[in-house]
Amino acid sequence: MTGLPSLWPLIGIAVVVIGFAMRANPLAVVVAAAFGSGLGAGLSVPEVVAALGKAFHQNRYVSVPWLALPVIGLMERAGLQEQAAALISRSKAATTSRILLIYLGFRQLTSALGLTQIAGHAQTVRPLLAPMAEAAAARDNPAISADERNTVKAMAAATDNVGIFFGEDIFLAIASILLIKGFLESAGIIVQPLQLSVWAIPTAIAAFAVHGGRLLRMGRKN
Amino acid sequence: MIGLTHLYALAGVVFGGIALAALLDGQHPRRLRAAAFWALIATEFLIGDALSDTGNGVLLLALVALALLGAPGKGQPATSTAAQRSASAARHGNRLFLPALIMPGVALAGTFLFPHLGQIVDPKQVTLVSLGLGAMIAAATLMIWLRPPLAAPVQEGRRLAEGVGWAMILPQLLASLGALFAVAGVGEIVGALAPLAIPEGSRIAAVLAFTGGMAIFTVMMGNAFAAFPVMMGGIGLPVLVLGLGGDPVVVGAVGMLAGFCGTLLSPMAANFNIVPAALLSLPDRYAVIRAQWPTAVILWLFNTAMIWGFAFS
Repeated sequence: MTGLPSLWPLIGIAVVVIGFAMRANPLAVVVAAAFGSGLGAGLSVPEVVAALGKAFHQNRYVSVPWLALPVIGLMERAGLQEQAAALISRSKAATTSRILLIYLGFRQLTSALGLTQIAGHAQTVRPLLAPMAEAAAARDNPAISADERNTVKAMAAATDNVGIFFGEDIFLAIASILLIKGFLESAGIIVQPLQLSVWAIPTAIAAFAVHGGRLLRMGRKN
Repeated sequence: MIGLTHLYALAGVVFGGIALAALLDGQHPRRLRAAAFWALIATEFLIGDALSDTGNGVLLLALVALALLGAPGKGQPATSTAAQRSASAARHGNRLFLPALIMPGVALAGTFLFPHLGQIVDPKQVTLVSLGLGAMIAAATLMIWLRPPLAAPVQEGRRLAEGVGWAMILPQLLASLGALFAVAGVGEIVGALAPLAIPEGSRIAAVLAFTGGMAIFTVMMGNAFAAFPVMMGGIGLPVLVLGLGGDPVVVGAVGMLAGFCGTLLSPMAANFNIVPAALLSLPDRYAVIRAQWPTAVILWLFNTAMIWGFAFS
């Protein structure tokens, strides 16, 4: 076939798909994929090691948010999770669905204002949201199983993700909006960030309706 | 000027402390491997600049090898008992929530204030620097208020870090894989292949190929930002906008959101999907993806319909 580029660099993608489907250790999958694509593109083994090392070094900022762990641990040591659960178990009105629904709205609205850093899995979901949602579920269903507890906790994490993903694009200066603007600009199409961000609003509303509906349905099943 | 260098030094000290605590933990089943794992992360933060690319690459491979050998594992970090926590919660009540507000509060205030204070903080790194500053202020406040043992920040940090385990380095490693895919030209190949999947002149097929490609390529890369230039360059711009006269604003903005639906489904998006499962001690590594897939699929259909219905009017 003429006009098609060499397909060997795609080995890495195949490794990723197969590796995750087999539930292999993700670290090993990523390294294998890096070697697959690197060697497929004609790099030598030392070149792949160097390219990986350079990128790993440059991407250290990705790991900086772990600096919050000692603080969260200190708060847990003082009983933060217990207090969050106690607060919820005293108030009948705070059901699992309502807690997660309110958090979803809060996360979408604050993300739309550009405040994506004020919440997250380490800062809010583990110490506050998950214990609250779990305490409410246990209060309303004293016979709750370990599996059902885990489902509630997973839903708390999922709610944080849906909230931030479908809120942040309404904010003008978020990286994704700037990426779209930059891409179109390089193709000679000038658009304003506001034009792009208003088109994130319908999906944000749909996300609140769809995920919120699932939260309410989860509450009715319990 | 305070910037990333200072944050990296702080992170190096924190991980160094965790390594030392693991080394001194006589009850840790994999004490030496755990200490080596944390020490390598500390090394990367403290003296990574002095290492060559190959040196950093070997360090990374050593980390992965240690992880496959069971590092970091779980030891016995000194912490409070369940009874002590309940007693502390009863004594301090809702005041315990106040320190939880320090980090987001400082992050918020710093993001708005630092740019007005001249060159104290690197303007490009305001958010991360504020986050690090907030963590230090919150830790100091908790230490002064509750007077736990001096080693408590390190031991508590280690307890949470051991809970997350090897997944701690997964987000950084995935970002590196993205860079390697870029070097290997994976994006260009996918961009060249993608248009071949579309029948000539069919609008709905072209829209489906674009939003489907955004979602699938995002699942593979773990990041819609990596998929966007590829799919927009391969299908969005040449086929939908230039070929079929679609509005570039709608195609671009909603296409990105179709990619976000893929992020909700991707184990490669470790920060959002795999790390939280570890943080919440969920036995199923994919539990968070399982919880969000119906939302993702419905919203992907919604975004596809949005482009189909509004980009061509």
